[in-house]
Amino acid sequence: MNKVPNVISKDGKQEMSTANSILELVGVRKVYGSAVAVEGVDLTLHNGEFLTFLGPSGSGKTTTLAMIAGLQMPTAGKILLNGQAVDPLPPYKRNIGMVFQNYALFPHMTVAGNIGFPLEMRGVDAAERKRRIAKTLELIGLPNMGDRYPHQLSGGQQQRVALGRAIVFEPPLLLMDEPLGALDKKLRVQMQLEITRLHRELGISILYVTHDQEEALVMSDRIAVFNDGKIEQLGTAKDLYERPSTAFVAGFLGESNFFHGTVSGLSDGRCFMETPYGQLGAFNNAALQVGDEATLAVRPERLFLYRGRDKKQENCVSGTLTDLIYLGQSRKCVLRTANGDEVVALQHAQQVEEASMIIGEEVCVTWNCADANALSHRTASN
Amino acid sequence: MNLVAKNPMNKNAWLIVPAIVVILCFFIYPVSWLLIDSFARPKWGIQNYEVVLGRFVYLKVLLNTFTISAGTTFWCAVIGYPVAYTMAHCSKRTRRLLIFVVLIPFWTSLLVRTFAWMVLLQKTGLINQTLLTLGVIAEPIALIYNRIGVYIGMVQVLLPFLIFPLYSVMLRIDRNYSFAAATLGAPPVRNFFRIYLPLTLPGLVSGGTLVFVSSLGYYITPALLGGPADLMIAQLIERQISTSGNWGMAGALAVLLLVVTAICLGVVHRIIGVKTAWGR
Amino acid sequence: MVASSFSSGRFWVRLRLAICSFAVIYLIAPLIVVLIISFSSAPFLTFPPPGFSMQWYNNLFTNPAWFNSLVTSIKILIPTSILATVLGTAAAYGLARSSFVGKQLVMGLLLSPMIVPVIIIAIGIFGVFRALGLYGNLLGLIIAHTILAIPYVVMTVSGSLAVIDKRLEDAALTLGASPLRCFRRITFPLIFPAVLSGMLFSMVVSFDELIVSMFISTPVVRPVTVQMWSNIRGSVDPTIAAIATLLFCFSLLALLSERAAARKVKKEVDE
Ligand SMILES: Nc1ncnc2c1ncn2[C@@H]1O[C@H](COP(=O)(O)OP(=O)(O)OP(=O)(O)O)[C@@H](O)[C@H]1O
Ligand SMILES: [Mg+2]
Repeated sequence: MNKVPNVISKDGKQEMSTANSILELVGVRKVYGSAVAVEGVDLTLHNGEFLTFLGPSGSGKTTTLAMIAGLQMPTAGKILLNGQAVDPLPPYKRNIGMVFQNYALFPHMTVAGNIGFPLEMRGVDAAERKRRIAKTLELIGLPNMGDRYPHQLSGGQQQRVALGRAIVFEPPLLLMDEPLGALDKKLRVQMQLEITRLHRELGISILYVTHDQEEALVMSDRIAVFNDGKIEQLGTAKDLYERPSTAFVAGFLGESNFFHGTVSGLSDGRCFMETPYGQLGAFNNAALQVGDEATLAVRPERLFLYRGRDKKQENCVSGTLTDLIYLGQSRKCVLRTANGDEVVALQHAQQVEEASMIIGEEVCVTWNCADANALSHRTASN
Repeated sequence: MNLVAKNPMNKNAWLIVPAIVVILCFFIYPVSWLLIDSFARPKWGIQNYEVVLGRFVYLKVLLNTFTISAGTTFWCAVIGYPVAYTMAHCSKRTRRLLIFVVLIPFWTSLLVRTFAWMVLLQKTGLINQTLLTLGVIAEPIALIYNRIGVYIGMVQVLLPFLIFPLYSVMLRIDRNYSFAAATLGAPPVRNFFRIYLPLTLPGLVSGGTLVFVSSLGYYITPALLGGPADLMIAQLIERQISTSGNWGMAGALAVLLLVVTAICLGVVHRIIGVKTAWGR
Repeated sequence: MVASSFSSGRFWVRLRLAICSFAVIYLIAPLIVVLIISFSSAPFLTFPPPGFSMQWYNNLFTNPAWFNSLVTSIKILIPTSILATVLGTAAAYGLARSSFVGKQLVMGLLLSPMIVPVIIIAIGIFGVFRALGLYGNLLGLIIAHTILAIPYVVMTVSGSLAVIDKRLEDAALTLGASPLRCFRRITFPLIFPAVLSGMLFSMVVSFDELIVSMFISTPVVRPVTVQMWSNIRGSVDPTIAAIATLLFCFSLLALLSERAAARKVKKEVDE
């Protein structure tokens, strides 16, 4: 069974109407032979929104894009573009721009030829074509490179041409499949900014694929976390980071400490569970009931670290300090509990000075219930 | 189950149809008739096969075909292996030159090459004259209209078929294997037989099979350069039709040739996969 | 050269180089002989020839038997190469860009004329074509040669299609190109060298084909190979050498032009 993901719009309101949505996916599935590539994806993309698919390799991101572009037929489900079912339309009639994983520039055409290609296919006359090619070259910052061939360009320049080619015909929707995957770190950051700028200037909707979480956090209005052909969670970067709804999301986006146990009590939005470390409390993010198996996830930077074993405090896990890693702005402390679990805590520079600790010492960590999330155990096996 | 799944891409499958229709009508159909003829002419039964496999004359031709094909394969390997090795382990320029030379036979008409050998190998031909002038021989030796002539012609024609698959395998071999063996103390010759040869064996087998199988059905070269004792199965098939109009016998011989060809290719396919057998 | 197993022993290196030299001579000797003889002044096959003359080239174009057969061959070769290229390219594209059960079998079927010994094809075709009225005319020869040439086109074009990036075609589709235009503007230019080389192969196959032609041609419609064959078996004259030289020059030209086309595309594809 697929859970319908909680669709939350930019300003946090629960999404109800689809009036201003450009794209809608309803229960979209794709099966290759016996292998399920995409398993029931539901999604709404708003006009002008920048939505990112984030997920590990092979989780079905490219396949989903390919189905939206019309390059693959969904096995089941519906895809709506501006409220219209798009399934009968072949890819060349969908008017969706797409930037491919390795650019897919036509090697036998010049940069201008590549960018002019979609215009030519739309019967734009030569003069107008020339004008728009020039404008696009300007936009992507390659004004004098129209006569070059793709193999005469650097990776970053090829990337821009691919982008230019996908936006020159002003599609309302742009799909980008890991467009920066092949670039080095510095160029990536620069291109991220440029793509965000283009998004703002052109006002188009963008579906963006990446498996770099930092990129996703920087660029997107909303992020859909993919895993095993499903969307695990869809929401703003803040939602996903602070209120992950599954253990996979909690572990994939940033770092988390996990504790497993059984729910023993509930009180105003919080949930208490019995674990080998006694009773631990967290925000009840998964509508857990008493008796449910649950996983508690808490971020390293939300942990407070103390010397000794302070048994009086609630939410207390103690162990031996095994590692202290200096990270500049902060310090990473690793402790091993009596059960053999590893717990990671992050201390800010300020805290570090206050408490000097040495490896091998007995320490304990604690947290505020609101800073931790209680998640259903079902998906915690990741 | 439907053969063509519901996929827009599969409209492309229709593009295969014209070529397949042509092949079926003008290739599969005629060849099938011939195969049926072997059982149907002059009357239904296996009498043609009894003759082919029972009479000495025919068995002699089958034996000829096998020995000539095997000999051709052997000589192709002996000459082709060092050439392929040199091609794989030499400078770029030498390599390009060698590839060009090895490709020449592909670009010269088979008939013309055979004709050139007739000129070169005859009693008054260049080779005999040279040998006479040098005093190596006292009188002209017979180089044509016998087994020697057949080998000289066929090996030259089929050499590229052995060299290219072998060369492509050799190119892919990591030289470090040999280096590793050398550092482990294997002397060069031993190293070659224990390391290099086994690694190149797939190329040798696929190239060899290609040569052997092609030789089995050869017609022009043995017909022009061979003597009466070097009759091969293809010539025999041709004679059944052009001299006696014996379709049944021709069909039976054709079936025999096809079966042997198929078995050879099948065995090699089993061993190394047909991709490498075609040198790609 | 780096020392390695086979080449570190001196004796082996020498033996190998000796065999290579021999092989080079062995492979090109017939070609050289043919080239030289084509300019011979002697009316029969002496080697080396006693003097220089162009008479055999002259003879090729003035002797009606030779000239007619040459014309016949060209009349067969042109439609054959076009037919084989179109059918073979379409089939290769269809195979590469679709998925269905039994694809391997279809591929095998398309390549089978290359694997089955020609003599078997020849008499099979001989038997059936007589009944179909395809004996002794151009149409029959064209069809027969097309059959023999299709595998070469399918093989070269399939190889090329397997190498080009399918995403280029996807990209063209998302940019608004219909499948037909996508083929014309993207796929075809990229596989063009392979198509060209398939076409050249089919020309050579057709021009050089003897065995099938021997069975289904008549003295009236007689391709040049059959004319050569009867000449070789009867009174041999060096006109054959003249044809062969011309053919070789044509092949060389074709080879070079194909290389040039391939190099141009390769340069563009290499990033
Ligand atoms: N043509 C195909 N045939 C069969 N299986 C496929 C095909 N294309 C994709 N798959 C499978 O579908 C699954 C999803 O693939 P997809 O390409 O969508 O992953 P992805 O999320 O884009 O991964 P990456 O980040 O590595 O690009 C994978 O398990 C893959 O093996
Ligand atoms: Mg992908």
